[in-house]
Parts: sequence; C-alpha cells; structure tokens
Amino acid sequence: MLQVTRLTRAYGTHTAIEDISLHAADGELVTITGPSGCGKSTLLRCIAGLLRPASGQVVLNGTPVTQVPGRLAVVFQDYSRSLYPWMSTAGNVALPLRRTGRSRTARKKAALTALESVGLAGTAGKYPWELSGGMQQRVAIARALACDPVLLLMDEPFGSVDAQTREDLEDLVLRVRAERGITILLVTHDIDESVYAGDRVIVLTPGPGRVQGEVPVDLPSPRDQTATRELREFTRLRTEVSRLIRGKGQDRPGIAESAAAQGTS
Amino acid sequence: MRRLTAAGARLAVLAATLGCWQWAAKSAASPYFLPPVTILADMHQQWFSGPAAHLWLNSDGTGNLLPSLGRMLGGLAAAGLAGTALGIAIGRIQVLSDLTGPVIHFCRAIPPPAMVPVFLFIFRIGTPMETAAITFGVIWPVLLNAIDGAQHVHPGHMETARAFRLGPAQRLLRVILPSAAPKIFAGLRVALAVSMVLMIVSEAEGSTDGIGRELSIAQANLDIPVMWAVIVLLGLLGIALNAAFLLAERRALAWQHAAALTG
Repeated sequence: MLQVTRLTRAYGTHTAIEDISLHAADGELVTITGPSGCGKSTLLRCIAGLLRPASGQVVLNGTPVTQVPGRLAVVFQDYSRSLYPWMSTAGNVALPLRRTGRSRTARKKAALTALESVGLAGTAGKYPWELSGGMQQRVAIARALACDPVLLLMDEPFGSVDAQTREDLEDLVLRVRAERGITILLVTHDIDESVYAGDRVIVLTPGPGRVQGEVPVDLPSPRDQTATRELREFTRLRTEVSRLIRGKGQDRPGIAESAAAQGTS
Repeated sequence: MRRLTAAGARLAVLAATLGCWQWAAKSAASPYFLPPVTILADMHQQWFSGPAAHLWLNSDGTGNLLPSLGRMLGGLAAAGLAGTALGIAIGRIQVLSDLTGPVIHFCRAIPPPAMVPVFLFIFRIGTPMETAAITFGVIWPVLLNAIDGAQHVHPGHMETARAFRLGPAQRLLRVILPSAAPKIFAGLRVALAVSMVLMIVSEAEGSTDGIGRELSIAQANLDIPVMWAVIVLLGLLGIALNAAFLLAERRALAWQHAAALTG
C-alpha cells in the first residue's frame, strides 16, 4: 500500500537521505531505525508529504504523494509542541476532524471514542499540561486515530518518555494495529523497540541515510513485554539489527575490545 | 488568615499615606496643595452628586466622563483590532514585513501628542478627531507585538497544523492567534496606559466636552480644585481599567498562566 522509490532529500549541500526504497503492505508495522543523523525523521517527513524530496517518489495506495495526503496521520516526538496548550484534550483530538465537515456533536463523540481507545477516558476536559508525558503522547495518538487513517507515521514517539511508559505505549500501538488493521511506520532509535514492535525492521546507514538492510521479524503474536523479550529469537534479531547499525563492525576497535573484555566471541 | 493580614496591611499603608497627605496639606494651608478630603468633596460636587441609578453621576458627570471613556475605549478597541489584524498579516508574510518595517518604525517613533494637531486639521474638533488620534497613538505597541507573536509561532505547532491538513483559516484562528495572544495582550496593556494620556491631550487641544477639556479649562483658569479632582479621578480610572483588563487577560490566557506554573 506504500511504495517509496529512490527517495533523496538534501538540505543545501548536505544530503540527508539518498536513494532510499522501501515498501509497506496493508496492516504491516514497519520499524525504521539507524544511528543518529541517518535521516530517519527526514525520511518520515518526506513520506508524510511535509517535505518535498529532491528525487524519488512516494506512492500511497496508488496515488503519488505531493502534499500531505488524506487518511494519513502523524505522531511527533515532541508532544509538548505537537499538542496545543490552549485547547483541551478533547479539543486537540477533535481539531483535525473539522475538515471532515461533521457536526460538532459528531466530532466531540469521535474525539471521546478515540480517547477511550487509548485508555484516556475521563480526561476530555483536561489541558495537556495537566497530564503526564505518557498521557500527552497518548492524546497525540488518539488525535492521529480519530482521523481514521490508513497509514500512521510515528517519529520517535516514545523518545521523550520514561522506559516503563515506553513499554506501555509500545503495547498500545500494537493493540491499535491489531484492532484497526492500519499500516504503521515507526521510526525509533531504540533497537529493542524496533524488534519488539515491528513485523520488519529497516536499518539505515549513517548520514547520508541509505538502506543498510532489512530484518524480517518472525516473533509470535501477540507480543508480550516479558515473554517475547525472553525469547532467544528476540536476542538474535536485535543483535542482527545492532550489527547492521554498526556496519561491518568486526574490525571496529570498540566492539572487538568489549567482546574480549566479556570473554565471548 | 494570612490573606486577611496581607490585605489589612495594604489598607493600612494606604490609609497611612492618605492620612499623611491630609495632615501635610492641612498644615501647609496652601491653595495649590489640597488635602484628599477636600479633593473628594470637590469630585462629589463636580461629577458624583447624582442619583444612585446613574452610578451617582450628575449631568456634568455623564456629560464629561462618558464621552471621554467612550473615545478612549473606542480608540483602544480600534487600535486593538487593526493592530492585531495587520500585525498578524505582516508577521506571517515576509515580504510585507520587509516592506513595512521602516515606515512602522518611523511612525512609532513620533510621540503621539505631537500628532494631535495633525488630526485636528484633518477631522476638526469633535469625537472623530480624538478617537482617531488615540487609535493612531496606541496602535504601535499592539502592532509590533502582534508581528512578533505571529513571527514566532513555534515550528512544532505549524508542522502539526500542516500534518493534519488544517486550512488557512483554521491555522490562523486555532494556531497563530492563540500562540500570539500573550504578546498581543502585553501590547494591549501598554496601549491602555497610553490611550488615557492621548485622551487627555486630544481633548485638551480640541473638544467640546470631556475630562481632558475640563482639565484644560481648569489649568487656564488656575481652578486648582478641579485640577486636582481630575488628577485623582484619572488615577482611580486607571486603576479600575487596569483591573478590568487584567481580569479579561486572565480569562483569555488562563491556559498560559497555568501551563507556566506546571512548567
């Protein structure tokens, strides 16, 4: 349903991403990871239509993306800037629905339903700054879901919350995907998260970002924070992703030294 | 309990100040330096000897206070609306900002009282002249602050608006305006203070009624009691209007006050 072909984007003389091709099938949760500065966020913004690529193409359900397409929603990392502090939670969630021409009651109802689906029933009247970071990001997710998107893009959505909240939110995203069958692209710097949540992990090279490799994740569903992470296959997969990120890493001093120190090979 | 004590302390300081003033003026027994009790009595006689239904205003009161307030608030409202609208347009459109910059700074630099005679030539004596002079004088703080506020909407806010495909009207009303509101209100507060000054000056130069005209006549005739009465009235008016403004600002920017507290 999503086809990205040879995408390149530069900022002046600095090329952020180069010649990136990837695809996502209906209902797939694809995670994108890579070292700092590999252009993950740039890639996501190009797919969302927020940035125009220098060359290459993004095709969503057969239609090329030139500006932000309908039925696409984005969750950003910085929820404090993504949610509007002058609006209540329900107001924030309902805001994108104004385009749809629904009545105010219908919009309010859709917002409340979305908030319930992310576990925030009863917070409709509160303001973002009255909520914790994790709850604010849930509101952002609810807002994305209220538009009933077919593609959900998430740009390091859990980077600004604590580890335990991160686990809860990862499970929330998995549950949402299972319930609605939407396609999700999740950009993360967290290797464990990329394997835990994804059906497939795409690893980018350091800047300018290219596709270093793809790792299919064949872990059992539904995922569980303790059971899944215990599996040997999980460790194998995350090690493979880690190796891809570090490049052909065997001859890099850092890795050789730490392997020798642990006495493992 | 502590709040009562604080309020009591403030009242005590106020009472002590008035008391000192009363005593000092009575001792000096100068015709130029009147005690507060006398001033209040003069104010009562001048404007406030009317029925309670009219807020105790007599015909002199309604004939002068109301027109003055009308011009001041009318000019302030016009400046607020025009300043906000223009400021946001200029702030969001880089070309406009570049082109109008020098003109705005030139006009802003002129002390508004110096411009009053110009408005007198254009409009002749009367309310339109005073209102225009007030509007011209107080639009600058609102305009400049609106430009600043509109230029500095956080990029995260705008990116979210684009990501959710908000139309230009929605972006303006739901993102840009609320984001710039704190700065605009700051500009309005300055405008409020300046509007009172211009009300007095413009009425003194050309008006058939109003507090400013009364002051001008009193100064010409060395009518000390009326002079002092006007001065005290303006002080009280300023306090009342400022308090009303703060109340309105608190309601409009409730989100910002609370957000700042929680960090």
